Amino acid sequence: MTVLRGRRTQRSADRTRGRPPLVLMLPALVGLAFLVLPLAGLLWRAPWSTLGTRLGEPQMLEALKLSLVSATIATGLCLLFGVPLAWMLARAPFRGVRLVRALVTVPLVLPPVVGGVALLLVLGRRGLVGEWLDRAFGITLPFTTSGVVLAETFVAMPFLVISVEGALRAADARYEEAAATLGAGRWTVFRRVTLPMAAPGVLAGAVLCWSRALGEFGATITFAGNFPGRTQTMPLAVYLALETDPQAAIVLSLVLLAVSVAVLATLRARWTATP
Amino acid sequence: MFQRSSAAALAALSLVALAGCGDTKDKSSSGGSGKTVTVFAAASLTETFTKLGKDFEGSHPEVKVRFSFGGSSTLAQQITQGAPADVFAAASGTTMKTVTDAGDASGQPTVFAKNRLVIAVPKGDPGKVHALADLAGAKLKVVLCAEQVPCGAAAKKALAAANLKVKPVSQEQDVKAVLTKVRLGEADAGLVYRTDTRAAAGQVEGIEFPESAKAINDYPIAALSKAPQPALAKEFVQFVLSQQGKAALGAAGFEAP
Repeated sequence: MTVLRGRRTQRSADRTRGRPPLVLMLPALVGLAFLVLPLAGLLWRAPWSTLGTRLGEPQMLEALKLSLVSATIATGLCLLFGVPLAWMLARAPFRGVRLVRALVTVPLVLPPVVGGVALLLVLGRRGLVGEWLDRAFGITLPFTTSGVVLAETFVAMPFLVISVEGALRAADARYEEAAATLGAGRWTVFRRVTLPMAAPGVLAGAVLCWSRALGEFGATITFAGNFPGRTQTMPLAVYLALETDPQAAIVLSLVLLAVSVAVLATLRARWTATP
Repeated sequence: MFQRSSAAALAALSLVALAGCGDTKDKSSSGGSGKTVTVFAAASLTETFTKLGKDFEGSHPEVKVRFSFGGSSTLAQQITQGAPADVFAAASGTTMKTVTDAGDASGQPTVFAKNRLVIAVPKGDPGKVHALADLAGAKLKVVLCAEQVPCGAAAKKALAAANLKVKPVSQEQDVKAVLTKVRLGEADAGLVYRTDTRAAAGQVEGIEFPESAKAINDYPIAALSKAPQPALAKEFVQFVLSQQGKAALGAAGFEAP
């Protein structure tokens, strides 16, 4: 079916641009198989007969709810702080902008577990800021749901910043200049001109950010620990289920997969109608 | 210009990565003149086995010992899924059973050490913990291992033996994670193995408690039936069981079987 359709479009492409070069198609197909086959493996090994009862288990629902809520709050925080940060990188000319950009992308390359330890060292009960928080307000962040949100925000924010910065750079700055010459202040320009132009990029970034937050494991388990209902998100539940009950882990993974595919597909269809 | 060179770099990198991935036994072992023996061992054995590995390499100049340390159940899973390991040393009989049940062990596993739980507290004991019963205190932040991993199962057994209800703030994925939380002072107390507090002496203090006698972990070791280096696998197991092995284990705080 897909092969046939593929042939047909290929033939029409033949007439206009010639055959797609094999040197590109072959690695592309290998890449595709590499990405898709493991998912197929999950589906193949899934315990379909007991799926119903396993899905109804309260601990699973708890973990799913916590994952969705914390990833959504984390995405909100990323938008709140990440969009201005991206604007700063793209529009505010200052010395050392390259350095700042490099710093922003550090969490991308940092192993998330190291990120979690870093968060502990700063926001932990004995951390630089955390000690003061504890003493002044009695707030401790590790082992709390807030800790989960913070860990996810830390890991996911760079995705949003990079995406939004790219969109801002691609947007035509002349519209902003025109608005400014017509008397709009900088904040108005940002709100009425810059942001609407970068909206697709912001949305794409938010989606990427949300998916990253949903799948976050390393920083979360290191910074926030693992306790059902409070800090045990789906990825943590999957990891621990693997220790004793791989079947349960597969079910959990399938649920996570289904939820994220559903959300991404809906978002894509509704708002990111790219041509 | 930049793009072209980065594309070339990427291509080179992926080649290297692919070459690195296809790490088969003959390649890794013939990487010079010698052979490699791969040992999968419980996280709590990290320090002792690393040292024993060095000693083994010292007496076998042709041989390199490679370790994969991790949670015993994860390692057992990897072995039954066909990971190319020669030796498996687990922190509990149940995790070893996963491997023997799958027919992946060559012969019967031998128990080579025992380990008992202690209460780990940060240096200076800020939570003023003296006995197991103190862990039930409402204000104390206690971390335990998750029940799915051996140290968690042992903790559960010890607490049940003492008839105590402890509400941990977190159930960690392995014993080293518990130790980290205590070491950084995030937790006031945690239950870890005696060997772990020895390895982190200076940063954490270990408090022995009598109920630990009810939850002693056996450490079985076995050569694996699909070992790429079956002869070396047996030799390494013998080495761990030898006087030299026993001495190293004893120094780390393990008990003799």
